Amino acid sequence: MIQPLDSVIVHTLTRVITPVIQLFALYVLIHGHDSPGGGFQAGTLFAASVILPIIAFGIQGSLSVLERRAIILGGIGILLFAGIGLLPLILGGEFLNYGKLPIPGMEASARRHWGILGIEIGVTITVAATAVSIYYSLRERGEGEEK
Amino acid sequence: MTLFDDYLLLLLAVVTALGAVFVRDLFSGVLTLAAYSFFLALLWAGLGAVDVAFTEAVVGAGLSTLFFLVALYLTSHQEEVRKQLPVRIMALGGLGILGFLLLFGSVDLPVVGDPKSLPSKHVSSHYLRKSLEETDTPNVVTAVLADYRGFDTLGETTVIFTAGIACWMLLRRRDDSAT
Repeated sequence: MIQPLDSVIVHTLTRVITPVIQLFALYVLIHGHDSPGGGFQAGTLFAASVILPIIAFGIQGSLSVLERRAIILGGIGILLFAGIGLLPLILGGEFLNYGKLPIPGMEASARRHWGILGIEIGVTITVAATAVSIYYSLRERGEGEEK
Repeated sequence: MTLFDDYLLLLLAVVTALGAVFVRDLFSGVLTLAAYSFFLALLWAGLGAVDVAFTEAVVGAGLSTLFFLVALYLTSHQEEVRKQLPVRIMALGGLGILGFLLLFGSVDLPVVGDPKSLPSKHVSSHYLRKSLEETDTPNVVTAVLADYRGFDTLGETTVIFTAGIACWMLLRRRDDSAT
């Protein structure tokens, strides 16, 4: 069985640093257009912000329902990605041609800009959900072995 | 970043990689592997591939280390040593040939940033010149990954999701499967 750390320093630092990681993940996701980063990195950072409390407080520190069913969220991320790709196909363009996205009052380049952000959100959800799901499955297995 | 720094980082990456292979304690091995990933990330950053460096640091040094660590709780900390000499000699010979072939192939690789090299002549110059105009995205890597080569990214995301499903199905607790 994996023992949660019984240390005030670790517990306090986890409480302080978790929202900072989430904020940074959001920054990496939204700023992927201008600076290094994007869906994969942001997703991993989001996953880290969920996994860190589990490391510090043990499996009781998790939301358990969210983590156990996280893989469903991963599917939703893929659906979002593929859905944004399919919309232009229905409206007479090519698959994943964001220039044909139905956003009114915008030039094609601006539509592509928002299309990229949309699929990056999909990638973020999938990567974060998958990482959390794998970690939680392994962890739960480790806790279960002792019984 | 000078050439000397690149070679220093490369040397450190090779040393940590060898350390990860040779160390007996698996816990130390995992941490050495994280150090290897981190040096590799610094090397990518030195070569100007900042997005790759970011991914390597976050996924290679961060997430996979975490997975290895939590997986270590399901197994023992010590590496099981098998002294089968023929297997070792075969592995050494095979890896030696593979390493020689890789080095032999790397002779033909173009110099980093060479504008006359074959990869620079094809579509990349179009991406570099037109991506801001066409996609409104200053970071060319994001434009290529998410727009020009969006189909590849969709495939990659699906691969990650598939890996997640596989792990979930293999590792989930049996008493949970009824719900």
